[in-house]
Amino acid sequence: MEKDSRDRAATAPPVDAGSCIRCSDVSVDFFKGEGSFTAIEHLTLDVAKGEFLTLLGPSGCGKSTLLRLVAGLIQPSDGFVEVLGTTPATARRRRNIGFVFQDAALLPWRTALENVALPIEVSHEAVHERMRRCEEMLEFMGLGARRHAYPHELSGGMRQRVSIARALVSSPKILLMDEPFAALDEITRDRLNEELRRIWKETGVTILFVTHGVDEAAYLGQRVLMLAANPGRIKEIVPVNLAQDRTLRVRETREFIQLAAHLRNLMGEGS
Amino acid sequence: MSSTSRQEFGHLSRATALKAYLARRRQDRIETYALPFLGIATLLFAWWAVVAGFHVRPFIAPSPFLVVRTLITNRGLLLDNLIPTAVEAVGGFLIGNLAAIAVAILFVSSKPLQKIFFPVAVILNSIPVVAKAPILILIMGSGLAPKTTIAAFVCFFPTLVNMLEGLSSVDPQVMELMQIISASRTQILFKVRFYNSLPYLFSSMRIAASMSVIGAVVGEWIGSTKGIGALILQATYAFDTGLLYSAILMSTLLAGAFFVVIAYFEKITIVWPAEAPH
Repeated sequence: MEKDSRDRAATAPPVDAGSCIRCSDVSVDFFKGEGSFTAIEHLTLDVAKGEFLTLLGPSGCGKSTLLRLVAGLIQPSDGFVEVLGTTPATARRRRNIGFVFQDAALLPWRTALENVALPIEVSHEAVHERMRRCEEMLEFMGLGARRHAYPHELSGGMRQRVSIARALVSSPKILLMDEPFAALDEITRDRLNEELRRIWKETGVTILFVTHGVDEAAYLGQRVLMLAANPGRIKEIVPVNLAQDRTLRVRETREFIQLAAHLRNLMGEGS
Repeated sequence: MSSTSRQEFGHLSRATALKAYLARRRQDRIETYALPFLGIATLLFAWWAVVAGFHVRPFIAPSPFLVVRTLITNRGLLLDNLIPTAVEAVGGFLIGNLAAIAVAILFVSSKPLQKIFFPVAVILNSIPVVAKAPILILIMGSGLAPKTTIAAFVCFFPTLVNMLEGLSSVDPQVMELMQIISASRTQILFKVRFYNSLPYLFSSMRIAASMSVIGAVVGEWIGSTKGIGALILQATYAFDTGLLYSAILMSTLLAGAFFVVIAYFEKITIVWPAEAPH
């Protein structure tokens, strides 16, 4: 009984600022060759405006599929997805969605600044007027001095900063991040984790962050969406009751260690 | 030992190491640039030694000195014949590559079109150049047009295949990104696919540079009184080996110069590290 009520509290968004992303009984099937497999089955989820939700789970649990569903890159086989009161595709066309990929996905023939300007160029906005904003965005990510560098002249961490600047340049309401720091070394990842929380606080953007790192998921999120694999489904939604203005040192506290242990147990239980 | 003297010792050995490194690097540089000339010199010497040693008569094969003499005395004749060949090769190169780029863009924009017409391109390509040449000369006469067309044909297919590969081998994450920022098909084509194909294009153009000269020369063999190809035939029938070898040297220099020009443009265009077939 007590567990039930706690679950219900966790499933509800932490801040009551209205719903931002709503998945209702969503299933996704992929067809390949003669057969099909189910990536996500009967998933229901509500994400509040301004929430930071981390998605954690073993490989094949549909974490990335869920992000692509919200971005409107794939369609659900069943159920429906609502983003900012409309369809994912419409939200995307209104430039309300930013996406950050695992390996930055920068265009190698464009400088950092030109990469950040790409979404603005594509939307036929007056590029020259908006160039200021691109430069500010790079400045915001601490890369003002390297704006004319090509991606191959930047480190992995810098490349990922450029790609975050590119995702934020059109001021999206939702930021979808698909294991953005997985390929980086630990020191760089820690620094970017702290920066991401700063960005989130300063911009008020809603973030869905996919990771397979337990510590990362617990440090960043307000809630951790624990997924199970085969087929992908929600195992548990774990609220993160840590101080809002936490630093990385929070990982040394008893609460954090208990939370991380709980998440690891959930991961270890298998599907 | 005091710490000062140890420092001095360390400083000294590091300076020595740097000096040794710089000397080794200078040596490497000299070897990189000087050794190829040594190879060419060896070849020339062996050539001269065989011709002089076995008393090979000049109508069978010339000595290097005869070729150099011919190059100087016949420079007017050689240049007069080099110009049409160069015009045909460069013209064919431009037409063939531009056509291939246009067709590749068309194919990538419309999959059905590619499925219908790509086999036709394969069939046309499988006709040997020496067989295509007479057909074109019958249709287009004996001017510059048929040779330019042959040179264009030679360049067309490799560039078509490479461009198709370059235009379609875009990183899937970049394609997803373009979808997320709601880019149109035209924007994807010109902002992503085109740039992605440039390393592939240059890779095939480097080959096409020398192939276009071969195409022009072969075209001139079949029906022409002018150009390096025609000169090669005339010199052969006249047993004028000095002129024959000079003409061959001219076409080689033309192809080499063309290659260097393309490689230079590649170097200033592709400023990013690119993965492409070489």
